[in-house]
Amino acid sequence: MSLSFLTRPTAEEVVGRVWEALRTVRDPELDTDVVSLDFVASVEVTDADPGPVAHVTLRLPTYFCAPNFAFLMVADAWDAVSTVDGLADVEVVLIDHFASDAINAGVAARAGFVHSMAGTEVGEAVAELHELRRTFTERALMAGTDLVVRPLMRDGATPEQVAAMTLGEAPPSADLERLRARRRELGIPAGDTDPLVVDPSGATVGVEALPLHLRKARSYQVGVDANTSICRGQLAVRYGL
Amino acid sequence: MYEKDGEKYFVVDSHMHYWDASPENWVEGAEQYAKGWIECFHAYQGLGPAETHQPIEEFQKVSEEQLMREEFEEGHVDVAIFQSTYLREWYKNGFNTTERNGSLFEKYPDKFRVNTRFDPRDGDAGMREFEENTKRFGAIGAKLYTAEWNGDSRGFKLTDPECYRFLERAQELGIKNIHVHKGPTIWPLDKDAFDVSDVDHAATDFQGLNFVVEHVGLPRIEDFCFMATQEPNVYAGLSVVIGGLMHARPRFFAKVMGELLFWVGEDKMTFGSDYNIWTPKWQVEGFVDWTFPDSDDFADYPRLGTDGKKKILGLNAAKLYGIEVPEECRLPAPGEGAQLVEDREVAQA
Repeated sequence: MSLSFLTRPTAEEVVGRVWEALRTVRDPELDTDVVSLDFVASVEVTDADPGPVAHVTLRLPTYFCAPNFAFLMVADAWDAVSTVDGLADVEVVLIDHFASDAINAGVAARAGFVHSMAGTEVGEAVAELHELRRTFTERALMAGTDLVVRPLMRDGATPEQVAAMTLGEAPPSADLERLRARRRELGIPAGDTDPLVVDPSGATVGVEALPLHLRKARSYQVGVDANTSICRGQLAVRYGL
Repeated sequence: MYEKDGEKYFVVDSHMHYWDASPENWVEGAEQYAKGWIECFHAYQGLGPAETHQPIEEFQKVSEEQLMREEFEEGHVDVAIFQSTYLREWYKNGFNTTERNGSLFEKYPDKFRVNTRFDPRDGDAGMREFEENTKRFGAIGAKLYTAEWNGDSRGFKLTDPECYRFLERAQELGIKNIHVHKGPTIWPLDKDAFDVSDVDHAATDFQGLNFVVEHVGLPRIEDFCFMATQEPNVYAGLSVVIGGLMHARPRFFAKVMGELLFWVGEDKMTFGSDYNIWTPKWQVEGFVDWTFPDSDDFADYPRLGTDGKKKILGLNAAKLYGIEVPEECRLPAPGEGAQLVEDREVAQA
């Protein structure tokens, strides 16, 4: 017992770990983590019986942000913070949103999206959100392809070279790591010897199809950029950041 | 009309409102939604230049005098097109109804066009109201807000059978332009509310109608672009794009413009201020002055010249709405002015 007392992390350390865990939670539309987006309003750890409890408050750019994405972020935050050692319980609360009550109660009860929304004033859902998440991970794969491949083309790589390139041959970067992560989430191989450019089903893209594929990838990236600009701008106005 | 460097721009504000979101108009028991809605709009205004920001009380309901001044005297607008949005679940007399907009049209018939609206979930009574409004105000356009709450329903799609019934009737009544505004609360919630594939289907099935997708499908701008490039009767409404990005995020604005010019083209883009989220003055002036930043990031996007800006600011919408453009603001017809255009490009080079 005394040993566990000695190794027990301080409250400050636990708070730091909670923030770290929240960095793994992302807005599926913007493909950016909720900490970077300033969606985490506060993290607090309080002492309780039988142990410390983390209280996380999330906020979004508008009162009417899409409730399905809001639910995903609150549920993912709960999952991520629950993995932090030394916590007895976790509470995640979304504030200032038209569906706050339904979402908060549903996530707290681990009820799933359909059950959480059933009978509420804000509308009902007919299916869980796995498919929606997959759709947006596929979009993130397209947008991420632009971030990785366009610099190569700008430096003179030909379509033939890009079509034949593997992930291991692309210069290391944070964008490349993120692209690999999205591919793994989609069940698409992401090792060094796997092709650099694939479509959202995982199929390779031949040299003839490559220009249009990359043109579309760029449009996805511009879409993410534009949405992120507007969301950040609205959040700043809303909370005086 | 706006004049700059000897060029005359005929300005059609193809997306604007005369709303009443004051607390007196909030539905009892739904105050939080009425308040949340207008506060969300107000935060959008924060993305425009600081000197144009209004206190929330003023923003909730502007006077007729203020609207006329900000649109026409200061805003360079020649003709403004009302887009009616009802939201009766939240606002007692509606947010921005055909009747309310129409009251200004009746006073200033040369300045305005009124677009009415329909909600396919309103059945026969809704159909009668749509027919009456269309005839009374001579509407040739209708605005559809697909995320509108209606009883237990949280939204609709253009491909719903009831909606097709209204679209068929709209064509018979002489409606030409359907403005589509996507919002976030459509049922069922597990689907992406902003998905534009229903517009794609409707545009294919209703060749006699034009579909102007407002705020260019944001946040699904790329899906909108891929669709619009294949559908000749789908247009890009620039509301929110200019207002929300040109001032606040000029580099992202340039990228979005580049994408639109590449996929959709300057013949199918229309200016809309989204008044009174934003006033037209700074948007029109800024857009006429706008050019791509000098950077490799933008090098392969199509360029936008003076003629393209004239089309986007007014000539395209004038064509959609049959609005007569003064001779001095028109572009030379193909053929007759070719020499002139070439001369100007040489002069600018």
